[in-house]
Amino acid sequence: MIKTQNLTKNYDGLLAVDDLTFSVEPGEVLGFLGPNGAGKSTTMRMLAGFITPTSGTGSICGHDISSDALAAKRELGYLPEGAPHYGEMTVGGFLDFIADLRGLEGAHRKSRLDYVLGRLQLEPVVAQTIDTLSKGFKRRVGLAQAIVHDPKVLILDEPTDGLDPLQKHEVRTLISEIAREKTIVISTHILEEVDAVCTRAIIVARGKLVADDTPAGLKARAPSGRLEDVFRSVAA
Amino acid sequence: MKTVAIILRRELASYFATPIAYVVLVIFLLLANLFAFSFGALFERGQADLTPFFQFLPWLYLFLIPAVSMRLWAEERRNGSIELLLTQPITLWQAVLGKFFAAWAFVGLALALTFPIWITVNYLGNPDNGAILAAYVGSLFVAGGFLAVGSFTSSLTRNQLIAFLLAMLVCFVLLIAGFPAGTDWFQTWAPQWFVQGVASLSFLTHFENTIKGVLDLRDVLYYSLVAIFFLLASTVVLDARKSK
Repeated sequence: MIKTQNLTKNYDGLLAVDDLTFSVEPGEVLGFLGPNGAGKSTTMRMLAGFITPTSGTGSICGHDISSDALAAKRELGYLPEGAPHYGEMTVGGFLDFIADLRGLEGAHRKSRLDYVLGRLQLEPVVAQTIDTLSKGFKRRVGLAQAIVHDPKVLILDEPTDGLDPLQKHEVRTLISEIAREKTIVISTHILEEVDAVCTRAIIVARGKLVADDTPAGLKARAPSGRLEDVFRSVAA
Repeated sequence: MKTVAIILRRELASYFATPIAYVVLVIFLLLANLFAFSFGALFERGQADLTPFFQFLPWLYLFLIPAVSMRLWAEERRNGSIELLLTQPITLWQAVLGKFFAAWAFVGLALALTFPIWITVNYLGNPDNGAILAAYVGSLFVAGGFLAVGSFTSSLTRNQLIAFLLAMLVCFVLLIAGFPAGTDWFQTWAPQWFVQGVASLSFLTHFENTIKGVLDLRDVLYYSLVAIFFLLASTVVLDARKSK
């Protein structure tokens, strides 16, 4: 599970994340919504241990993200924004590298690697260097590295960005499929995605939490019953 | 330790994934041989040793080392993979060390590939091979010190060219601090103890011994301390600025 308490990030006077408190339980898929620059990625980066909070705390499965960072990272699978990668590596070589860092060994390692390659349909490109792949493949390589160690908690920053409708559907199915026993946070600005995979959604604007509800509950807030209208009214 | 080895392996392999590594190696070897045989007059001086080669080596390092170290962190920053790497269950120090050792191994390979010069002097005469080995080991430590400087400058920027030039500058200053041109200038205004202090900080002062095949523990300690200092500095910089 994920917990944050008064999580705040201040970039030299620019308040990117402002006093954010929320928690996500196993079995939940939390949609993290907000306009560009609202602080979604900054929050995710803090939870993933990439940047240090200015104040406040967060924890992954009970491990504090600052004082117990390694243990927190071990429980976490993380897809950074834009799915960065090592372009000169082959897909297979890259996933081997991540499996090494995650300490996967023996038969378990092989079955996990086989699973992600199959599930994300990466088998045909396993020997290709990542630089030569299309955007959709690159994104799926990023997803593969996030789930290869079967983490309890998944944080995915725009996991379907740049995918075609078929691939989007595939990724959503995958998320729903593994969601049962996991804690998942996905950021997106595709509102239909919230309906498709999320059990709950929070909306942030200018670093502050402005709504926290189920997709149905959010929709009920607008007379039109459309998520888009709710989003516009609270995020503006 | 295992984590450091994993990062080292990936990093070293990535050197050879692009032609740049081969170009750097070829240029280094061409220059090393040119300096040793032409400018160093390896044949003409009629002595079976590698002094001409080792004398020019620190100057060759000014080009080789920054070229090897410039990409260490600048490239990770530019393409964002630094975020991927540092959100794995590893510490920043492990990442800094893994990358440093990969660069060091690469320079070790470059040094090893100068073996034809060594074969030449052995063919022509009877050099003191123990002294030559000592000089090689010493040269490897000098490279370690310089590479740590390069790791540091690469951690400052996402621009590899800036990382290259800064590393070159800092290494140059470290190199000439003990050189007459450097100390003379200090002598004009600074007290004697200061001049000697600066001179003792120079790689060249320490390298004089190393060339002669004397591998003094104090020199090795000096190179190592410089390396550790700049690697720690890399860690501090990355911790503060990794997301920028």
